[in-house]
Amino acid sequence: MITQLGHFSLVLALGIALLQAVLPLAGAHTGNRQWMGVARPAAQVQFVLLAIAFASLVWAFVNDDFSLLYVASNSNTAMPTIYKVSAVWGAHEGSLLLWAFILAIWSLAVTIFSRSLPLVYVARVLGIMGLISVGFLLFMLLTSNPFEAIFPAPFEGRELNPLLQDPGLAIHPPMLYMGYVGFSVAFAFAIAALLGGRLDAAWARWSRPWTTAAWIFLTIGIVLGSWWAYYELGWGGWWFWDPVENASFMPWLIGTALIHSLAVTEKRDTFKAWTVLLAIFAFSLSLLGTFLVRSGVLTSVHAFATDPDRGLFILVFLGIVIGGSLGLYAWRGKQIRSSGSFALLSREMLMLLNNMILVGLAAGTLLGTLYPLVMDALTGEKISVGKPWFDFIFMVVSPFLILLTGLGPLVRWKRHDKAELLRSLRVPAVVTVLSFIVAAAVFYAGDSPAFKVALGLALAIWIVATLMDSLLGKFANRRMSLAGLAGLGGGYWGMWLAHFGLAAFITGVTVVSAFAQQDDVTVKPGDSVTLAGYSFRFEGVTETRGPNYAAQRGSVFVYRDGKLVAELEPEKRVYSNAGMPMTEAAIDSNLARDLYVSLGEPLEDGSWLMRVYYKPLQSWIWWAGGLMALGGILAAADRRYRRILRREERQRENAQALLEELLGEAGAARAGGSN
Amino acid sequence: MRPARKRRLYLVLLILIGAAAFVSLAMWGLGEYKMFFFKPSQVVRGEAPPGRAFKIGGLVKEGSVRRDGKTVEFTITDTLADVVIRYTGSLPDLFREGQGIVADGRLNANGVFEATNVLAKHDENYMPPEVAEALKESGAMPPHELARPKPGAPRPLGAQ
Repeated sequence: MITQLGHFSLVLALGIALLQAVLPLAGAHTGNRQWMGVARPAAQVQFVLLAIAFASLVWAFVNDDFSLLYVASNSNTAMPTIYKVSAVWGAHEGSLLLWAFILAIWSLAVTIFSRSLPLVYVARVLGIMGLISVGFLLFMLLTSNPFEAIFPAPFEGRELNPLLQDPGLAIHPPMLYMGYVGFSVAFAFAIAALLGGRLDAAWARWSRPWTTAAWIFLTIGIVLGSWWAYYELGWGGWWFWDPVENASFMPWLIGTALIHSLAVTEKRDTFKAWTVLLAIFAFSLSLLGTFLVRSGVLTSVHAFATDPDRGLFILVFLGIVIGGSLGLYAWRGKQIRSSGSFALLSREMLMLLNNMILVGLAAGTLLGTLYPLVMDALTGEKISVGKPWFDFIFMVVSPFLILLTGLGPLVRWKRHDKAELLRSLRVPAVVTVLSFIVAAAVFYAGDSPAFKVALGLALAIWIVATLMDSLLGKFANRRMSLAGLAGLGGGYWGMWLAHFGLAAFITGVTVVSAFAQQDDVTVKPGDSVTLAGYSFRFEGVTETRGPNYAAQRGSVFVYRDGKLVAELEPEKRVYSNAGMPMTEAAIDSNLARDLYVSLGEPLEDGSWLMRVYYKPLQSWIWWAGGLMALGGILAAADRRYRRILRREERQRENAQALLEELLGEAGAARAGGSN
Repeated sequence: MRPARKRRLYLVLLILIGAAAFVSLAMWGLGEYKMFFFKPSQVVRGEAPPGRAFKIGGLVKEGSVRRDGKTVEFTITDTLADVVIRYTGSLPDLFREGQGIVADGRLNANGVFEATNVLAKHDENYMPPEVAEALKESGAMPPHELARPKPGAPRPLGAQ
């Protein structure tokens, strides 16, 4: 009954989405305020309907309603409740419903936080989001319905893939989707600007917090996925350049370019057409990422849907969205004219270079991901492009980007005097070069790749040195006290933290890549293994049970200089329903290093195959992601976005919008100034 | 030339040069770092490059897995030919006889493939497309059975 209600809600939501899409967009074109006024309530109703649909699916899982094929395929009575809930988005159909629900959440947010926006804009933005919702709802109802029934209903379900039965992975898709879907807001703003033929600093100011918010979620989602892969997959790696990983990384790179480009558009009223194009690309890549994951077209460690029919639908949908938006850009892009010139040495120039590099990296990632596919289609040759190529490209190109990251905050808008810049760069430059030399000298003796380590560390120090330089400069210029630091604003501190996070990331990656150690050993109870000054003593394995699995739990004591440092309990589990074995690694993590142990296989003589890792500064990679996200939060929360528009500003903007309706669009504007 | 024009020219030149440099870098890298995938029958015919790393995939032959301490040897097949693979370390959890795997590594002088990496897929029903295609080409599997996980035909209560 409840699930039938959910199914019905889903169908109703499609109808409402159509209304939300067609009426406001038509109304914006003809100046019909009543039609435009449909946008907000339609979005709100759609949210309620999708909330009902989603809640009913959650209910079905929690109550073991196996009359739904999707529930029966992904859950069973023995699973812990939390994983029954996360199983809702653990496979194809449910994750689509999550996508649609999250789109409804973002739309709802737009209805709430858009009071100061002209109605024409709100109508267009929500209308575009309505169109996207129509696409996803159709996809679900036509090819991937989570409410599809199975008759007769089985007594017991299958299983959620044990790899997904994990708190980290439970939250990873929602975070990622919040990011992907969040870029639809930036996309909708961009299309609305193209449709309206107007793009000014106000547009950029509206778009920025939404785009930053989406970027924050995407950052968190990617870091969570990477962290999960690290502790769950048992191989000690945290990034494999897997097509699905790349699918999330590309929109992140473009999103990063977009938030920088939006800063320029807001502050300097330039790069406008480029920003619109970036917004289109960011969302297109988010959709492309969905396509790559859903169609199983690429061999991927993650692929969990391999139905070509569904892939075809998404391909068509993608074609309409990308083709339509780029077509609109080609047609209307000329109307978006940028004013404002800038010198060769200016922050605008550095931002432009930043954008070029980020776009280049995204293009490179796309190339590496699609190259095997294209070569297979063209020549039938089976090629794989893996870690070595991606690492190579990123290691060659990143130093340039990092150089810019340090320079950016120190260079002024419009023009900066070259001599003055060189003077202010003296200290950071000297510190950086010195660190490079010292690092190279220190590590030259060992068998680590001294040049790479020295370069990585020097680059990280370059960022930190320039950040400190910038901060101290603010102190000096404004004769500020420590208390005045808060007055610098969310935008500045957001930048500062996020860039600092980048430096932490580079340091972590450099050190762990160069200095990590691992060993595969065969151990009997009582045996010890030494690695990197730590002694791992294997105490044997005990049988134990979980709610839906049986496990062999190992016991490993780790000593350093004779003192007990950690007790690790790696497990080898077998999940009862599917009979699938799974390795659960044991990690002792602190800021200095990770100690990682995973059980391999039991051998015939009663000993075990075990792998131990020593990973210095591994946790810096996760903390760095957290810092970047925190930086984003500070930036998005900057007071100037929340400041209620002063009365004159508001009146001016509404008058302008009214004027446009009268002059630009056919049809009469209604009386009354505000929306 | 007006300064604005000049600046725009510099910009365009910069973009073009940057793009050209990047594309050259990417293409050179692809030539250097890409890996080819071969089926066992191709390897046996000598089509795989000697001394260069490549990928090989196939079904793990029943009863062929032999472990000796840290090192394990097993045979993979595409039903036309077999190749022995040697690997040091523990095999992935989803590795089992009769399932498809993909391995990276090199062929040694004795025709044994020394793997640096062995990959089995997450879903126990899933088969890597290259392996599936290899099997299809060798006529070992009906095409409609390939690469499609059976939608949950759930098992009745009590069955394992």
